[in-house]
Amino acid sequence: MFVTPAYGQEAAPASAGADTHAGTQVPGNAAHEGGGFPPFDPATFASQLVWLAITFGLFYVFLKRVIVPRLGTILDTRAGRIQQDLDQAAKLKGEADAAVAAYEQELSEAKARANAIGQQSRDEAKAEAETARKAVEAELEKKLGAAESRIATIKAGAMKDVGAIAESTASAIVEQLVGKADKTAIAAAVKSAG
Amino acid sequence: MKKASERRDEVKQVAAADKVDPIHQFHINPIVPIHVGGYDVSFTNSALFMVVIVVVTGLFLYFSTAGRSLVPSRLQSISEMSYEFVASMLRDAAGTHGMKFFPFVFSIFMFVMVANLIGLFPYFFSVTSHIIVTFALAMLVIGTVVIYGFAKHGFGFLKLFVPSGVPVALLPLVVSIEVVSFLSRPVSLSIRLFANMLAGHITLKVFAGFVVSLGAMGVAGMAGAVLPLAMVVALTALELLVAALQAYVFAVLTCMYLADALHPSH
Repeated sequence: MFVTPAYGQEAAPASAGADTHAGTQVPGNAAHEGGGFPPFDPATFASQLVWLAITFGLFYVFLKRVIVPRLGTILDTRAGRIQQDLDQAAKLKGEADAAVAAYEQELSEAKARANAIGQQSRDEAKAEAETARKAVEAELEKKLGAAESRIATIKAGAMKDVGAIAESTASAIVEQLVGKADKTAIAAAVKSAG
Repeated sequence: MKKASERRDEVKQVAAADKVDPIHQFHINPIVPIHVGGYDVSFTNSALFMVVIVVVTGLFLYFSTAGRSLVPSRLQSISEMSYEFVASMLRDAAGTHGMKFFPFVFSIFMFVMVANLIGLFPYFFSVTSHIIVTFALAMLVIGTVVIYGFAKHGFGFLKLFVPSGVPVALLPLVVSIEVVSFLSRPVSLSIRLFANMLAGHITLKVFAGFVVSLGAMGVAGMAGAVLPLAMVVALTALELLVAALQAYVFAVLTCMYLADALHPSH
């Protein structure tokens, strides 16, 4: 069976684990000799090169024709979609910012209006209180004046009586002391003392 | 091609696979043998995993984005995040003009990352752990840079090797340095990814092998096997990081080289 090369080659796979190529290179146990080191065995080069060319060539064509365009499309679509979403988000953010600004504007206007109203009512109340105070003060002033004039009248009346009382008192004292009293002299003395 | 002695080799290798062999995971086994013009282009486990990577990634990207939802589902988010991640990476490095290369960079990033991640599953094959695959991808990048650069700028593309503002006396030295650095780009780009994947997988396998070997040594061995087991867990986390990081590095460097093709004068 191993006499002819062709049969020998065909029989090789049947003997599992056996290596024909290393055996063809170096007689003896090739695996333990440098010359039989499989990566440096030129007998296998042609087969490896041919199959590498076939497999890698098909692989390259498949990737170039199918996979790369497909993955490129997927990534481009996603990048486009993300950009679109970002644009949308930016637009919405702009709208939200505008709404916030409008709200702030309205709020500050309302605050200003509230301040103005408050100020006005405060002023009015103050003015009212002022007039009321003035009226009361004028009234009091008037009453004070009347009271003062009455006091003056009473004082004047009292002062007029004081002379007569002093004279009679003085004459009574003098009479008690001297026995008799000169009314005119007493009156003059009271006057000069008063 | 096949000799009778190979049968013995196969038997030995099956035996070796039962023991811990960190290199075994990198073997390429034909599943459907195909020979065209003397070349062996068999459908191998490596080819199977290339198909798995492409189909899984393609179906995921296709069905996760099928809804075209405005608000993405979790799966759609993953697709969108990877798209935007690569797009911003390319835009930062090469500007908006660079976006014409987006399907190319996106394919490379997704292919390398899914290849690295799928390779982390136990018993799964890691296609990026073979130098020819990473070198082919790197040459694809550099080829695109060179062809686009010359198509767009003609011989102006060669300004890439002549930095402005360098004294004339220093020009030969600087230009030769620039040429060497340009030529080493595909090499560094491919070896960085390949070596990271290879070393990570070997380290994982070695520590996992310690677990098995110690475990076979009785109770004391099993107790001792806890340490390498913890190490395997930690390394798996690290490799997850490396898987994503190396895909990122590959894609970032692709973007920077493409930026050179767009704007050669720096």
